Amino acid sequence: MIAAYPITPQTPLTEKLSEFVEGGELNAEYVAVESEHSALTVCTSASMAGARTFTASSAHGLAYMHEMLHWAAGARLPVVLACVNRAIGAPWNILNDQQDSISQRDTGWIQIYARNNQEILDSVLQAYKIAETVYVPVMVCYDGYVLSHAEMPVAVPSQEDVDKFLPSYQPHTILDPANPKNYNLVTLADPRVNTEGVLCHGYMELRYLLQEALQNSGEVIIRVGQEFAELFGRSYANMFWEDRLADADIVIVAMGSLAMEATVAADMLRVKGHKAGVLGMRVFRPFPKADLLKALKKSRLIVVFDKNISYGSEGATCSEIKSALYGSGVNAVIRNFIVGLGGRDVKAREMADAVTKSLPLLKEGFLNSEYPEWICYI
Amino acid sequence: MNARLHEIRWHGRGGQGAITAAKIVAQAAYLKGYRGITAAPSFGAERRGAPVSASTRISPQTVMVISQVEKPDTVVVLDHTLLKYQEVTSGLDRGGWLVVNSQQHPKELNITGDFNIANADATRVCRELGLIIAGLPVVNTAILGALVHATNVVDMASIEAVIRERFSDSMIDINLAAIMKTFEITKLKKIR
Amino acid sequence: MRTRDCKHICDESSPGIGEAGKTGEWRNSFPMIDQERCTPSRQNKPACFLCWLYCPEAVISKTVPVQINLEYCKGCGICSQVCPVQAITMINEEELHPEEDTQKS
Repeated sequence: MIAAYPITPQTPLTEKLSEFVEGGELNAEYVAVESEHSALTVCTSASMAGARTFTASSAHGLAYMHEMLHWAAGARLPVVLACVNRAIGAPWNILNDQQDSISQRDTGWIQIYARNNQEILDSVLQAYKIAETVYVPVMVCYDGYVLSHAEMPVAVPSQEDVDKFLPSYQPHTILDPANPKNYNLVTLADPRVNTEGVLCHGYMELRYLLQEALQNSGEVIIRVGQEFAELFGRSYANMFWEDRLADADIVIVAMGSLAMEATVAADMLRVKGHKAGVLGMRVFRPFPKADLLKALKKSRLIVVFDKNISYGSEGATCSEIKSALYGSGVNAVIRNFIVGLGGRDVKAREMADAVTKSLPLLKEGFLNSEYPEWICYI
Repeated sequence: MNARLHEIRWHGRGGQGAITAAKIVAQAAYLKGYRGITAAPSFGAERRGAPVSASTRISPQTVMVISQVEKPDTVVVLDHTLLKYQEVTSGLDRGGWLVVNSQQHPKELNITGDFNIANADATRVCRELGLIIAGLPVVNTAILGALVHATNVVDMASIEAVIRERFSDSMIDINLAAIMKTFEITKLKKIR
Repeated sequence: MRTRDCKHICDESSPGIGEAGKTGEWRNSFPMIDQERCTPSRQNKPACFLCWLYCPEAVISKTVPVQINLEYCKGCGICSQVCPVQAITMINEEELHPEEDTQKS
């Protein structure tokens, strides 16, 4: 069941899906809705009735879904949503940054970011398996225009192979007139005993379970990535992408398509004799703290590029990295650069320059600054 | 096959099909055996008549660069009136190619730079063949003839295969004819 | 017993008497039926049952005579409003238990 409302740059995706449905190539119901809020509401309802559901949005559309994003997670419905990352106004902008999905990071969804078009397709297939195993909705995020409107080679797996990989959806609860139930009614602070004498969760216990599901989902995400590799030959058995981290004392951190550009920046730094590597964030929620620590053990300088910012603080990825390193014994200098907002082009040489500019801090014994630097013309 | 990354930048006006041309060449390169391919518009709100640009990247290995093309190996200009804008030839590498749709001879274009020029009147070819949509000659396929003539990055066979796959039956022959004709009339001006 | 034993992963409840707790405790006035006036009782056969139809808590029986389960009746008074023969009167709980209120104050 697909319910979506068109918004740039998500539009080509939903247009193509509606063509597939209309042409009989995709066995699905396409519900044309009047808003993004309704799109996700139709998905959560259909999911409770036992359907596998999909929706997609960007920027203002995703913001308009905000209430129902919380609901889908709280109701533990395995909806899969493609977020085609786009900047949010004011001022109006249709181009790429990651402020839209980062602004939804606390809604209880798993967030996966794709570096290229192959990863978008592969991540959506994995997203269903992950979501339907841990009963947490999954947002597959990819950069608007940079990926959404770019053409690159993509291997499309056969229906038979996908069916082998992804079993049919087994709902944890299902709306069924023959066995009437009430779901997600007013649930007060304290647990209650139901009519059968069973002590049932209060609001807080249900929210604990959501956190527990996300905490434990990392194992499932990696296992699903391994299963995917066995069938399709493309490995996703890690929460992040590692490029030359084995000997790297300088680590560039970036998420989405920027993680590809970052490898070119690392090439440039290697040419100059620096041991640079790239950590490309793939799964942002759950945040892979423990694995990340292992990968960053050798690092002395970590330069985090964020296409988002928590205003008054810093980039979201940077905050997570700092939080993961606290008390770990890794005393790396951490620099944060805000880049690429509203579609501003981010070039590998700019990233390499930012790293070079940060090198003297190593000698100064500087650890990290309170606020990020911006790569812009101000 | 080129062993290294080849970058093409396309300049046209909204509606001329620069983005489609970028994608046709990308697909043709894939058919020729290159595995690292990207084709993308340079992102703006494209409007009919407004200057637009696009890029094609071609490499034997996966393309990791996703930012805008800064130093193109080849620049294709679908409308010669765009040559007055400095950004059109910006970054064009020494030994690179500027492929222009113009009725003038390369020597008359008054462009100086450290690059080769390939020139063909694709507009006239389209008019003569009747390759006109909504009153305007559609030069985006025709100009591919000049590109193939000037550079070896893609060949006629793979371009033809893409046209046959992408276009509806009624449009295949006329587009192929336009490409062949433009190929024939392309004039080259090489730097020494 | 911990709440995990319920095995739910989202909030879930089944229809059943008292699912929302002992709602009779919410009441500050209760319905009293005058069986002399009530139509089913007077005719000694199933009839009328408007109170049964309108009761939002489903605590009124569709029987002769009509009965109200005061363990769950919230005392909303809709039954007394819809009764066409004014057979149901709402009685203040304080009037029934004056001593308790005196103790409270």
